[in-house]
Amino acid sequence: MFEPKIVCFLCKWCTYAGADLAGTSRLEYAPNGVNIRIMCSSRVDPEHILWAFDRGADGVFVGGCHPGDCHYQDGNYKTLRRIELFQRVLKQFGLENGRLRLEWVSAAEGRKFAQLMDEFTEQIRALGPIKLGSRKGGQDGGSTKKEETS
Amino acid sequence: MKRIGVFVCGCGINIAKTVDVKKVVEEIGHYPGVVYATDYQYMCSDPGQKMIQEAIEREHLDGIIVAACSPTLHEFTFRRASEAVGLNPYQCEIANIREQCSWVHQDKEIATAKAIKITKSIIEKERLNDSLSPISVFMTRRALVIGGGIAGIQAALDIADSGYEVILVEKEPSIGGHMAQLSETFPTLDCSQCILTPKMVEISHHPKIKLLAYSEVVNVGGYVGNFNVKILKKPRYVKEDLCNNCGECFKVCPVVVPNEFERGLGSRYAIYIPFPQAVPSICTIDADACLGLFPLACNKCKEVCEPNAVDYDMKPEIIEETVGAIVVATGYDLLPSEELKEYGNGRNPDIIDGLHFERLLSASGPTQGVIRRPSDGKVPKEVVFVQCAGSRDPEKHLPYCSKFCCMYTAKHALLYKHRVPDGQPYIFYIDVRTAGKGYEEFYHRVSEQEGVVYLRGKVSKIFQDGDGLMVWGVDTLTGKKVEITADMVVLATGAVPAEGSKKLFANLKLACDENGFLSEAHPKLRPVESLTPGFFLAGAAQGPRDIPETVAQAGGAASKVIGMFSQEMLLHDPIVAVVDENLCSGCKICISACPYDAREFDEEKNIVRVNELLCEGCGACVAACPSGATQQQNITDDQIREMVKVVLGE
Repeated sequence: MFEPKIVCFLCKWCTYAGADLAGTSRLEYAPNGVNIRIMCSSRVDPEHILWAFDRGADGVFVGGCHPGDCHYQDGNYKTLRRIELFQRVLKQFGLENGRLRLEWVSAAEGRKFAQLMDEFTEQIRALGPIKLGSRKGGQDGGSTKKEETS
Repeated sequence: MKRIGVFVCGCGINIAKTVDVKKVVEEIGHYPGVVYATDYQYMCSDPGQKMIQEAIEREHLDGIIVAACSPTLHEFTFRRASEAVGLNPYQCEIANIREQCSWVHQDKEIATAKAIKITKSIIEKERLNDSLSPISVFMTRRALVIGGGIAGIQAALDIADSGYEVILVEKEPSIGGHMAQLSETFPTLDCSQCILTPKMVEISHHPKIKLLAYSEVVNVGGYVGNFNVKILKKPRYVKEDLCNNCGECFKVCPVVVPNEFERGLGSRYAIYIPFPQAVPSICTIDADACLGLFPLACNKCKEVCEPNAVDYDMKPEIIEETVGAIVVATGYDLLPSEELKEYGNGRNPDIIDGLHFERLLSASGPTQGVIRRPSDGKVPKEVVFVQCAGSRDPEKHLPYCSKFCCMYTAKHALLYKHRVPDGQPYIFYIDVRTAGKGYEEFYHRVSEQEGVVYLRGKVSKIFQDGDGLMVWGVDTLTGKKVEITADMVVLATGAVPAEGSKKLFANLKLACDENGFLSEAHPKLRPVESLTPGFFLAGAAQGPRDIPETVAQAGGAASKVIGMFSQEMLLHDPIVAVVDENLCSGCKICISACPYDAREFDEEKNIVRVNELLCEGCGACVAACPSGATQQQNITDDQIREMVKVVLGE
């Protein structure tokens, strides 16, 4: 079975804490995502997402606080705007929009985080490996793909 | 290259059960830069910490990674342990292999592989970490309290009693807020003014408190410890230092207008004090009503004013102050009855709200405590009280519960019954909420012993019917429609943030909830602090609450301020944004991305600078910078890139 590689950028205050709660609540979920803790979802530069895809990620997940709950007043609104715009750019690169997902998960939503991880993994699994000719500077990632698909 | 040590915790079996810690140690031990790796059952225990400290010294480590539980739990513990043996605390990082790995995955092989990946990604971060130290900030040990209701009064007194200076700003001519308008307080029925006025007087005499009444905060600049505040002092047209409140001017003033303090049920002159116990005890001329100001046509009060306090040429004044902390206690207003179409739009004089009724009950009110209905002065024999008027109604009005209305309605009905023994009070309610000390007992007394009729149901419509008011409602317990011809209706309207707070909160850049009340830093654990450092919350500005809760919270906010002021210096987290002057093109995109105004344009050098005291370290500007000139300390783009690589298995 195709095991997608997923990079998750989680804001420290809400989604990372939500992921911690999923752990405290012992909720089992798909292991495909690995989390990178940032202070705010607005720290995510579209370039970071490109790096991830370039290096072999099949999906990128960005988690922030619910609108109105941002620890930094309105960082998540900036993230929303950036991700929405960036989805269009990704499309032009030939990447399906389903490969990048922005979600709001609060520190109290451990169950939601676990569900999202399962759901997103399945979503990427359904999309399959990225079908691009070659990845620039990402031969490792590319070759892994071939092995996995074969 | 940095010498890195990795310490893998088994957390009893919490981690070791699904993550093969020995294997993690073995694999990480061969990772570039790692000179020492080991595991232990409980890293956070004293022996565990000691082991880490010894390894730091013995192996001359430049950085350590503790692969254990979430950094939320023990990052502080391990950083403190590192610091104790001379390793900069910012060279200690936590790899979260418990909450985000061992507890959520069952397959040991998968969990072990993931734990290794997580640990490697944190090693990559640590490799590029700089040694940082907290930024120390000098602070002004003087507090600003905005709002002079019971919350602001209590906070100001508590801070001032600890020896720190306080500036108390109140927008109305007198402090006291809504509590000064109340007749008696539930559940003890002690007189509101009797318990409040001593505190008001204390404010006016306190050597550490500077009271600026009839003033408004118009701008706040700066940052925690060093706020620059601009306060607009509105002209009273009466010199504060000269007026002795003799009252001679009231006798000659020809203009009579409704008194706001009496909610329009009583009247006052154009020159007035809102109520006899007002603090400061000084007259104010209502510029909109006075004949003498523009153009000078009357002059009567000036003629009789013996101390010569009246000054028609007084101008608004801007006062600038520096303070270190700000307590926001701007309180609430009642939802205007005008918004309640089904209950007469606020146009019928005999449909009043709770504060109107308080004034009718008050011995110092417009009727000297005799309950008379506003339209014709008749003593009402049938009074309907409507709870949740505009509350708990997400479709049309306020979605939330205003918390104190159940209790004040019970009090109103009881006091009415005491004043008009042959009268009949009815209370329509959805639920009766009595969570407070002695509240349930009070409610039982009112509902069982005092002849008050409680009807469970909502009132659908109220309209004029001859001399009285027809109230249509439903009793959901009997399932029957109820029609009552009442002489007067009292609406327990919900509380909304005080008028003008939306503008003020936007000005102060304070986060609010969807209803416009101030948001706390954490709903459970930091209830009196704002997310913006240096701001503290007291009273109903944060959400509807009763007097005891407000006083407790104001004391809490004050103690937070006192705690802050008692530190030698303020410490600020150094995870801030920095600008590489050589790369910055001065495009200013980052300035608009910053929610804290921490970025300033340097005209001379054509670059943007960061005020690191204002920067809270969100990183929004870093993502916005098109040239990579801005980086966030210890969460740089390089670090993120390396982490991404490792996560993807390179």
